[in-house]
Amino acid sequence: MRELAAIAAFALAVALLPVFVASGFLLNLAIMVLYTTLLGQAWNLLAGFGGQYSFGHALFFGTGAYASAALQVHLGLNAWLALPVAVALGAAAGLLVGALSFRYGLRGSYFALVTLAFAEVFRILANSVAFTGGGVGLLLPLKESAADMQFAGKAGFLHLILALVLAGFLVSWWLKRSRFGAWLAAVRDGEDSAAALGVDVFRVKLAAIAMSAALMAAGGVFYVQYFHYIDPHIAYGPAVSVEALLGPIVGGLGTVFGPLLGAAVLQLLGEATRNLAGDVPGLSLVVYGLALVGMVMFLPRGLAGLFGRGEPARSA
Amino acid sequence: MLEVRGVSIGFGGLCALDNVSLAVEAGGITALIGPNGAGKTTLFGVVSGFLAPDSGSVRLFGNDATGVAPHRLCRLGLARTFQIVRPFAAQTVRENIAVGSHLARASRREALAHAEGVAARVGLAPLLDMPAGALTVAGRKRLELARALATGPRLLLLDEVLAGLNPREISGVLPVVRGIRDSGVTVLMIEHVMQAVMSLAERVLVLNEGRLIAEGTPAQVAADERVIEAYLGRRAARAVHA
Repeated sequence: MRELAAIAAFALAVALLPVFVASGFLLNLAIMVLYTTLLGQAWNLLAGFGGQYSFGHALFFGTGAYASAALQVHLGLNAWLALPVAVALGAAAGLLVGALSFRYGLRGSYFALVTLAFAEVFRILANSVAFTGGGVGLLLPLKESAADMQFAGKAGFLHLILALVLAGFLVSWWLKRSRFGAWLAAVRDGEDSAAALGVDVFRVKLAAIAMSAALMAAGGVFYVQYFHYIDPHIAYGPAVSVEALLGPIVGGLGTVFGPLLGAAVLQLLGEATRNLAGDVPGLSLVVYGLALVGMVMFLPRGLAGLFGRGEPARSA
Repeated sequence: MLEVRGVSIGFGGLCALDNVSLAVEAGGITALIGPNGAGKTTLFGVVSGFLAPDSGSVRLFGNDATGVAPHRLCRLGLARTFQIVRPFAAQTVRENIAVGSHLARASRREALAHAEGVAARVGLAPLLDMPAGALTVAGRKRLELARALATGPRLLLLDEVLAGLNPREISGVLPVVRGIRDSGVTVLMIEHVMQAVMSLAERVLVLNEGRLIAEGTPAQVAADERVIEAYLGRRAARAVHA
């Protein structure tokens, strides 16, 4: 209950943010924090709660982004209608990758490599087929109206990403207090023991990757709406996969608030290092990298480990 | 209840089980003994669905169970523990047991409540909120037992629940196993601690080098030449009989 209250308070505070803050810079920062949170929540669902470490979540992100963009550009579909289709297609991509890798018992680094390979294959495919626009990418036609999910100001986008992040929060919250969540944690902590206790390991993992992929695809949809543009490298490149996993690792794997904490710290750290070391090219990345190493070394349970007790420790 | 017919399984030239047939009737405690490497754990693996036999069949509660996945067998009423205990270390004792309870209970609250009752049966009630990773070996063995029990099995396979325990801990676990039997659960247990086998089991099956070499009451088996030979070697066995 306390977590639910915290989620509600957070939602209310963010929803009211545009009332008090007019700065486009700050609102954009808030949007980017929430956007990174969403990607982190998606990855955390599978990795933090389920112990399956994907290194290719870009596959689901890109599928969502391209599905939404292509439906709008080629078929003239409304963005709000494209959203559920894109999310469903993302989930379908998750089921495909999950079915193939979990059926053959791929675990740990093998699973990570297979997901990376899938994302790369899709990146190359997106580069060479027509409906993705090839290497040129897809440019969303400008229609500045809420009816087309292209809001005039930052506030609309903030509320949209907040709604998606809330969905991510509720899924994580539900995992902490449902049979499915208990099964998923059991699979994470010992597949054979879980199977011996009647858990259908394969199906639990499939459901987890489908949910994770669906959330990630929603992130892709948001990206396209916010930046109006997608190309194979943005959609399926490893950068998004890394972005999705950094937040939860820094914030706290398998926790409800870890992805948000991680996203906030990483975004602020990114801004700070860019400002402090702006004149020397690359220095900001060095500082950023050092800070990451420090956090992983000294906070093995993530930032959430500083607050909560009883949260699962990292086990891989 | 359990019927194993002509089961053979090999691992790369090593024949782990060679045409093993045995049956376990409902009720009571049956012990499965034999020297190290006799194939006991492999037999558990086959019966519980973790290993598919090369030939032969397994029947469970009147259904063909050969090569059926472990989680399906669990739903039929079979539960097992592992020789090398694998608690969900990051979770509390209560959460660990609740995973088993969830088999028949969709509600989280009901499963957690049920887990408390099961913990009491195996003497883990005071440790419900402890992380499973912090338990002693004896505690982990009890937890392994509790999780399996929480699935509400009709047949329970115990793989060396007493191994690694000191005599005091063993005498603490024995009544727990008896209590499980008395509640109507059929128990098949692999055990090396002979004292426990003698005091618990009504029937003993003896495996050696992948073959079933003897079965009977504990007293019968203890007097069986082939069993003594399997444990002590031929020469020593002759010395015993001389």
